[in-house]
Amino acid sequence: MKISFTINGTQQTVEVVDGNTPLLWVVRDVLDLKGTKFGCGKAACGACTLHVDGEAVRSCSYAVKFAEGKTITTIEGLGTKENPHPVQQAWIDEVVPQCGYCQPGFMMATAALLDKNPNPTDEDIDNNIINVCRCGTYYRMRKAIHKAAELHALQEDSEIQNS
Amino acid sequence: MAEKKKISRRKFLVRGGLGTAGVLAVGAYVFRNPIRRGILEMANTMEMAYMGETKNPMVWFEILKDNTVLLHSPKVEMGQGSFTSFAQMAADELEIPMAMLKVVHAATSTGNIDGMSTGGSTSVPGLWQPLRELAATMREMIRTEAATKLGVTTDAIAMGGGVVSANDKSMTYAEVAEGVTEWPDIETPVLKPVSEYKFVGKPIPRIDLEDKVYGAPLFGMDAEMEDMVYGAVVRPEKIGAKFLNADTQQAESMPGVIKVVKEDDFVGVVAATYQQAENAKNAIIVTWEAPNNLQQEDLEKIMTVGNGKTTIIQKEGGALDDDDSEIMEFRSPIGAHAQIEPNGVLASVEGDMATVKISTQVVGITRKEVAERLGFEEEKVNVIPTYLGGGFGRRLHTPHAVQAAVLSKAVGKPVKYFFSRKEEFQHDMFRPPTHHVMKGKLNTSGSLEGLEHHFVSGDVGNNSALVPSFAPTILGADVGAIRGGFIQYTGVPNYRSVYWHVQLPFATSWWRSLGLLANTFAIESFIDHMAHKADKNAAEFRLENIANDPLSVRLKATISAAVEKANYTETIVNGRAMGLAASIDAATPCAQVAEVSIENNQIKVHKVTVALDPGLAVNPDQVKAQCEGCVIMGISASLHEEMYVENGELRPIIYGPYDMALMKHSPKEIDVVLLQGKDTPGAVGEPPLGPIGAAVANAIFRLTGQRLTKLPLKLS
Ligand code: FES
Ligand code: FES
Repeated sequence: MKISFTINGTQQTVEVVDGNTPLLWVVRDVLDLKGTKFGCGKAACGACTLHVDGEAVRSCSYAVKFAEGKTITTIEGLGTKENPHPVQQAWIDEVVPQCGYCQPGFMMATAALLDKNPNPTDEDIDNNIINVCRCGTYYRMRKAIHKAAELHALQEDSEIQNS
Repeated sequence: MAEKKKISRRKFLVRGGLGTAGVLAVGAYVFRNPIRRGILEMANTMEMAYMGETKNPMVWFEILKDNTVLLHSPKVEMGQGSFTSFAQMAADELEIPMAMLKVVHAATSTGNIDGMSTGGSTSVPGLWQPLRELAATMREMIRTEAATKLGVTTDAIAMGGGVVSANDKSMTYAEVAEGVTEWPDIETPVLKPVSEYKFVGKPIPRIDLEDKVYGAPLFGMDAEMEDMVYGAVVRPEKIGAKFLNADTQQAESMPGVIKVVKEDDFVGVVAATYQQAENAKNAIIVTWEAPNNLQQEDLEKIMTVGNGKTTIIQKEGGALDDDDSEIMEFRSPIGAHAQIEPNGVLASVEGDMATVKISTQVVGITRKEVAERLGFEEEKVNVIPTYLGGGFGRRLHTPHAVQAAVLSKAVGKPVKYFFSRKEEFQHDMFRPPTHHVMKGKLNTSGSLEGLEHHFVSGDVGNNSALVPSFAPTILGADVGAIRGGFIQYTGVPNYRSVYWHVQLPFATSWWRSLGLLANTFAIESFIDHMAHKADKNAAEFRLENIANDPLSVRLKATISAAVEKANYTETIVNGRAMGLAASIDAATPCAQVAEVSIENNQIKVHKVTVALDPGLAVNPDQVKAQCEGCVIMGISASLHEEMYVENGELRPIIYGPYDMALMKHSPKEIDVVLLQGKDTPGAVGEPPLGPIGAAVANAIFRLTGQRLTKLPLKLS
């Protein structure tokens, strides 16, 4: 079957044998976007988190057929070195990653949280950021999430001033 | 020594002729007990040297046309940050900016690989001397060559920023190297004093930071080759099940299936996509031999001090009499590595050549295993390591490379294959469960008269390709299981540590910090108990009983530093109590104070203060990151995680039921103090895992009067 969606700003149509194929594998193996990771395949770790219509989704457990007509963002589309997303900038400022494998999933989960809740409290962070990091980078991530909220606010301020 | 080597035009090889670092030899002539004990003590505090080749004229450095210097690292990067430390060390001696230096993994066919492994917190300490010597030698070779090209004496050459200059002329390193086929032979120069380094000792951001933040395809799981297909291998659910035969009829005709491959020891399938390979794998019906039906109670019975083979690993003075001693027992569970990137591999066998891309901590062993199975010379197998999505010791065993190579050979295409999460959990090489009996005795003035640690563990180092098979019989103790198992209170007149080994029916092996986590939990909980019995401050009680050899003095300094930084008190303040613990691992002392409360009958760790003495911190920020990571992984292992056996199967099989620390369990404050008790770098990646379990348990004792003696810690 053919499925069409927008991913990182580009319209794509993919041909899949089985519409129940997890979106993760279409993103990684068909579209060759390797930033979205496989950790468990059971929606239990969050390594595969990406955005579907702005919501954080665990793509290992999201059938590609449901992506029809939707807008998807992966870590590759979140920001670039030239124009980093506030979350990525904060992650760099706080030197968060260790092995790095879980990090795209956490950044995507954080970006989705900040969209809804631009200034999350520690409790909001605890309740919403529930991915697993084996290297134990949570301490720096929490700092980076608060920092990203600040950067996000600054960015909005300057956008308002510029308009 | 004076022989000259031909060097290809583009490549710049740095030759050795350098002092090879010492190797920890497990002495073949050790037979008498006191000596054996000495070796075991050395194994406990060992600071392992780099075990690869510094003389082999393979590529260490390469200068590219754009003046980038490539360092081919013999060690792999699994998050510990050692690539960044290597870059700092090399850039300083090469006189180049950090941005000019790139670090890549050496592949077996292009660079030096460590003959043993990446592990044991040895990467930076092990390469500290050889890597700087190589870089300094290369710098002087460039200087000499530049002097010839510019027609001046070497004294007239100034170097800096990746450029050589003399009078008003200058050349980049790449320009100097251009066209050179024979390099001058250079004596290893004297290294710069650390005080002159611009990068070493500074908190330089990780060199892989941007790649990791923007989602670059760095990992084994991300590797691809043209025309690649997917493999899957059937694994048993039951412990100890042996492959007998397989009915593959249904699988063979499933969509996408290219081939079902039956070998004597496994059955696998190759298909066009990952799902097709997995679906076909699930349709294969395998007959397994004699699965056992082990239960958790059986396991705990086996894992009891007094079972198995015993070795006294440390002994001073007499043994305590049970009748007038304090005795307390401790247990730790089976632990899983649970690294987020599953084990996986991409292998391509073409004719008599094999290429393997893999996240592994044992590059050389993987090459050997693949070569043996295929009947190839080792030189015909190129193992290309990738960044690891976590190692923690799990990837010291990567024999799945062999299976992928067999599958690739069978279909004539590159085959990628990786574990499902269930397979990861059931076929982990677990941290073995342990049981400990602590004994102690106070004299009439409340000082410790005797202290004993008796403990039993499954294999850690034994039965691993990294430990020579004669080692267990010579040493009598498993070099991994005893890590942290020694009494560090050697100021006590009578002390001993007695190790028992039990062979388990499932594989256990290296798990970050090895025996340290469980051993320190037992010893440091018990010492706290004895301090309480003696009615003394637990910090002072510790300091009183630690001896005055140099390492012990450093241990005392970390305890004092942690106590001071945390404002350690034994009074409960605002519902929070503090607990202290300390340990030495791989000659790095570490003390921690945990600040804990109980909320909704759950243990909540608010703050952890860490004092670590790793010697010279090449990158203090990354040393701190390792401390933070160890504290959080240690909280996860000590308060949450537990594998168990049920009906002959290891469980659980997924994150969640395998309960791990999440953001909400992480302390909001981790305060790290670094001490420098020696002027060379020491171990960092594991030592901070020691104290955390006991530090939390000791705080809980202050809060509730409950002495928790079992990991994971649960309030009754
Ligand atoms: S891979 Fe999707 S949640 Fe783990
Ligand atoms: S950085 Fe390694 S798992 Fe999170």
